[in-house]
Amino acid sequence: MTNTQHNDSNHNDSLLRFMTCGSVDDGKSTLIGRLLFDTKTILADTLTQISNTSKKRGMEAVDLSLLTDGLQAEREQGITIDVAYRYFSTGTRKYIIADAPGHEQYTRNMVTAASTANLAIILIDARKGVLTQTRRHSYLAHLVGIPHIVVAVNKMDLVSYDQAIYNKICADYLAFAKEIGLQRNDNNEAGHNIRFIPMSALNGDMLVDRLDNMPWYQGETLLEMLEEAPAAHTEQSEAFRFPVQFVCRPHASDDPKLHDFRGFMGRIESGEIAVGDAVTVLPNGYTSKVKAIQLGEENLQSASTEQSITLLLEDEIDTSRGDMIVKTGEANEPVKQIEAFVCWLSETPMSTARTYIVRHTTRESKAKIGSISYKVDVNTLEQQTTTDLKMNDIARISFKLAQPLMVDSYASNRSTGAFIVIDESSNNTVGAGMII
Amino acid sequence: MTSIKQPKPSKPLSHLDWLESEAIYILREVAGQCSNPVLLFSGGKDSLCILRLAEKAFRPGRFPFPLMHIDTGHNYQEVIDFRDQRAAELGERLIVRSVEDSMQRGTVVLKTPDEPRNKHQSVTLLEAIEEFGFDCCIGGARRDEEKARAKERIMSFRDEFGQWDPKNQRPELWSLYNARSHKGENIRAFPISNWTEMDVWQYIERENLGLPSIYFAHQRDVVMRGGAIVPVNVPLVSGGVINPPKVGEEVINMQVRFRTVGDITCTAPVISDAGNVAKIVLETATTTITERGATRLDDQTSDASMEQRKKEGYF
Repeated sequence: MTNTQHNDSNHNDSLLRFMTCGSVDDGKSTLIGRLLFDTKTILADTLTQISNTSKKRGMEAVDLSLLTDGLQAEREQGITIDVAYRYFSTGTRKYIIADAPGHEQYTRNMVTAASTANLAIILIDARKGVLTQTRRHSYLAHLVGIPHIVVAVNKMDLVSYDQAIYNKICADYLAFAKEIGLQRNDNNEAGHNIRFIPMSALNGDMLVDRLDNMPWYQGETLLEMLEEAPAAHTEQSEAFRFPVQFVCRPHASDDPKLHDFRGFMGRIESGEIAVGDAVTVLPNGYTSKVKAIQLGEENLQSASTEQSITLLLEDEIDTSRGDMIVKTGEANEPVKQIEAFVCWLSETPMSTARTYIVRHTTRESKAKIGSISYKVDVNTLEQQTTTDLKMNDIARISFKLAQPLMVDSYASNRSTGAFIVIDESSNNTVGAGMII
Repeated sequence: MTSIKQPKPSKPLSHLDWLESEAIYILREVAGQCSNPVLLFSGGKDSLCILRLAEKAFRPGRFPFPLMHIDTGHNYQEVIDFRDQRAAELGERLIVRSVEDSMQRGTVVLKTPDEPRNKHQSVTLLEAIEEFGFDCCIGGARRDEEKARAKERIMSFRDEFGQWDPKNQRPELWSLYNARSHKGENIRAFPISNWTEMDVWQYIERENLGLPSIYFAHQRDVVMRGGAIVPVNVPLVSGGVINPPKVGEEVINMQVRFRTVGDITCTAPVISDAGNVAKIVLETATTTITERGATRLDDQTSDASMEQRKKEGYF
């Protein structure tokens, strides 16, 4: 077995999760198909399959959008109704694309896709410019905290690759971005890193290859932007958050050394930890020090964000799944009331009379709706008063909790600021919350 | 709050470390949320990766679930031997339930004696779930394998009949997986959903994992049938041979390896001289055919055949 440290400094082999926002009309499926095709992810038999389908449907060229055209149920309806995940690799980076439909009635799918993305490609049809749906997609990317936004002005081939049209769309978008405070400020404290690119997904201009239709554009191609975009958790320093998933106590073991073994297993949601660090276990507030950090058979001196590890502490502390280990001095107060933006995901509307389950990190609590401050119109961003919440609605809501949760604001931590709402009768996931 | 020493922003994990960490996290969520899970283990490369991930997730403890194989009775001897050997090495409990037992009970009825039995595994699996009261089955399916899997959840919900309804799946946000189920219902958990065939081979190489010998280049009697290489006269674990050549077919002895391992009647090998994992990684990087495209004879029946089988309770 290997004992090497895999995340050494010269490892140029990270992973980026991104999403695409747009409708079929914007060429979203074509864009994804083109990325897969030009990075040689599509293999011969798949290509044969889609070119046969293209011919059957009477098309002249191979329709790359068929690559992302998934289930029979959807093909029959001719629309994409769910989030699909696609994969490609460039040799320097592995990519996971979350592909979600962009229509208004699919807000919940966009929120789902956005929840794991670190970059969003927002597609604009060059013939149509900034539309209501562009505002909607941008607002949702903002709400779900995707730090990097690439505004892709597509179908440039249909406007004769006209630079003036591209410039006008960029200016329109920036004006709108300023209006809702989308763009990152100079201190990099808040907001999103926004970039623009002209392209034709159909022809392949500026995706993987530059081609020569737009010599006036000197910026990076889409793939270059993707290759250079920071991976999640690499830009800001974050407090150490370690929700306990599972406690390992191999008492039945024959090995006497393991009799007192008590390992707290989980994934570091943010920050770093090292052997010897003083820690506090929440919600009880017991303190101890890190005795050892294990990953498989390896003993680590330190570990950081996104690593699944086992923590051993100096003292015997009664800790179970749902507790959170933090660094002493960086503790977040356990709270029994939270205020959040919630996207409702279920066809059954939210009922203010009912009790729901809130799952936050590895912890659950029963929850009651306190009040609904307002609902956000995702097209106009207007705040509207409301007493109920239907599928695809987004509202600012307060919850009263039966059990304390150790939360951070979503803006400061996308893991410990997020929760889902579960309907106990169906066990369905019915809401997605982002703590204010 | 007292003075905080701000940690430096972390370096990103390598893609394999990230995938490994995600899979460990998913396995631990299953252990934390489900009361009676089981890990489906066939002896194939994907499930061998999951065993390695389970070691990293739960050692020095025992696995919080047994291993289970649904045996079609048409498996390669080498794979069955490897399955038993690996379970013994790990000291974990292995349950085997057989499609042939379902046939004897009359719950599986074959149209023809030598038809592929992969799809009948669903029946035996559901019977085993009921027998042991499992509330979650961990499997090695990957989203890149097949179109119907691209939208599969990490925690996929199945109703009392084991059915997968693509229109009625739970939204999955962040890494807040919801594996809750009522009695009789079932969750299928897929820890390596986000892995590609290449990732699997790279992980096998990095972790130096052992594999059944038929994954590596070897000489084998085959015939060419409908554009695929079909292994013939394969000895069965239970004695006898399966897949005789049809009249007029020429038996050729070729150097081949398997990219995927399943029921003998529907798994085809590829021509290869890759005798070790490093060479397989190279071949995988340069292949022009998808894993299932050339090697799974059962998926080609129709464009949507996987989706159909999943609706019926298949993995």
